[in-house]
Amino acid sequence: MTNPVISAENLSLTFQTNDGPVHALKDVSLDIQKGDFVSFIGPSGCGKTTFLRVMADLEEPTGGTITVNGVSPHEARLTRAYGYVFQAAGLYPWRTIGGNIRLPLEIMGYSKADQAERVTRVLELVDLAGFEKKFPWQLSGGMQQRASIARALAFDAEILLMDEPFGALDEIVRDHLNEQLLALWDKTGKTIGFVTHSIPEAVYLSTKIVVMSPRPGRVTDVIESPLPRERPLDIRDTPEFLEVAHRVREGLRAGHGDDL
Amino acid sequence: MRNLLPVLTVLALILGIWWAAVGPMNMRAALDIAERGGAAVVPEGSVARREVSVWRLMAQNSDHVAAGYDLDRPRLPTPTQVGAELWKTTGAMVLRGRAFSKRSLINHGWITLQSTLWGFLLGTTLGILGAVAIVYSRVADMSLMPWAIISQTVPIVALAPMIIVLSNQLGIEGRGVPKAIISAYLCYFPVLVSMVKGLRSPTSSELDLLKTYNTGPVQSFFKLRLPASVPFLFTALKVGIAAALVGTIVGELPTGAISGLGARILIGDQFGTPLAIWSALFAAAILAGLLVTALDLIQRVTLKRMGFRA
Repeated sequence: MTNPVISAENLSLTFQTNDGPVHALKDVSLDIQKGDFVSFIGPSGCGKTTFLRVMADLEEPTGGTITVNGVSPHEARLTRAYGYVFQAAGLYPWRTIGGNIRLPLEIMGYSKADQAERVTRVLELVDLAGFEKKFPWQLSGGMQQRASIARALAFDAEILLMDEPFGALDEIVRDHLNEQLLALWDKTGKTIGFVTHSIPEAVYLSTKIVVMSPRPGRVTDVIESPLPRERPLDIRDTPEFLEVAHRVREGLRAGHGDDL
Repeated sequence: MRNLLPVLTVLALILGIWWAAVGPMNMRAALDIAERGGAAVVPEGSVARREVSVWRLMAQNSDHVAAGYDLDRPRLPTPTQVGAELWKTTGAMVLRGRAFSKRSLINHGWITLQSTLWGFLLGTTLGILGAVAIVYSRVADMSLMPWAIISQTVPIVALAPMIIVLSNQLGIEGRGVPKAIISAYLCYFPVLVSMVKGLRSPTSSELDLLKTYNTGPVQSFFKLRLPASVPFLFTALKVGIAAALVGTIVGELPTGAISGLGARILIGDQFGTPLAIWSALFAAAILAGLLVTALDLIQRVTLKRMGFRA
């Protein structure tokens, strides 16, 4: 097998708070291969978002090692190795949708012609063609989140990190976006890290599901999905799907230990 | 214009109270003049009248109440008298082609406006630069901010003469520069405070986003902090321009000034011409209103163009 895109070994992160140390991550080890769609699932406080933020160099681990593309997350960030999608779309209100997607391109110094071409392309990719001149407030929440995904896709990062991007959206919109995200992943071949707390979402999307548990945040199970890459929405009613979902649920329950 | 009606209602109420107050305020003066003119007044003699309440004087001399509304040097002029005086010293002078004569409020208003705008420019520049320093430097945050707050506790009326004397001592001719400094002194503070708030308004995820792009500090400023602070800036500018005008007028008050609305107020006081005071006061208020309205329009156009939701 080739070198993993992201590789964590005994990764720990302890926040010092007024109430004493909080172990957000403890001895987390994980390899993510190129082209994987990896979901991180667990209850709040299990460190899944923290793990993603460590990959993105937005948090500093206090122990263990992690590499992204074979280098430290810091170096990876400096080479703009990943696109990050936040829980809130976080579009700048004074920029149009096109302007928001152009933001990373401007910062990274792409030529004007290249910027225009890329904006058109990614808008088509997320099904927002024709909305380039609109301002964020003129779009629905689901459309805003799609625009923020387009923003993360606009530049050539091989890795896409997504922190509960559809958490605030309703079920129907979420289903639709999940379907689109899979199509997008198939088309672009990116490696995706995806934080969620929805079991169906994790099972539907992922090639690999990382089940985490809180206090201290650690990995309790890593499930390689037996589902095929091609996944229509009704795959969620197949026995294979339900079996994986069951295993995720078991993992989540085991992680809780005596808490429940 | 849906707030026109409430504004006009309040205006009508103020004018009503003002009008009603003119009678009692001017009663004694009106009776003095009437008595000198040979009319019968109860009680006789202004000294004796001092012992009697205004209300009783009005009741006993109801014929003379109307005279209080038409005095040359009223203690409280009527709205129409002020309006007439304003017209006499502005519009009427324009019609006669003497808009910039020494008695014209347009001339004095123009002098005040110039200082105000210079002070406003200086004050906003200092305020914005100070805010940038405070947001980007912890040292500046800890050292500059307390002094900025302390600076506003010093009464400007006490400071203004000192600034004028000092700038005179430094060989600066005329009142223009010290007036602009005083005006800037009042104006920079609201701009500073608002801009600090505005530059710090981006959320942590908005900042994190730029970090994931490995954005440098200069680009972070121009692409995120500065545009995010624009709504805050305009609110500050509207407060700032009004403060700058007050600062200029205060700068025109110390003895020696002969031009500007502040000087008109002072001269009106010294020569006992209340109408001059009141018309200068209203000219200042109208000027402030125009300046704030102008900024408000610029704000609306700018924010709309920037895509902020109206």
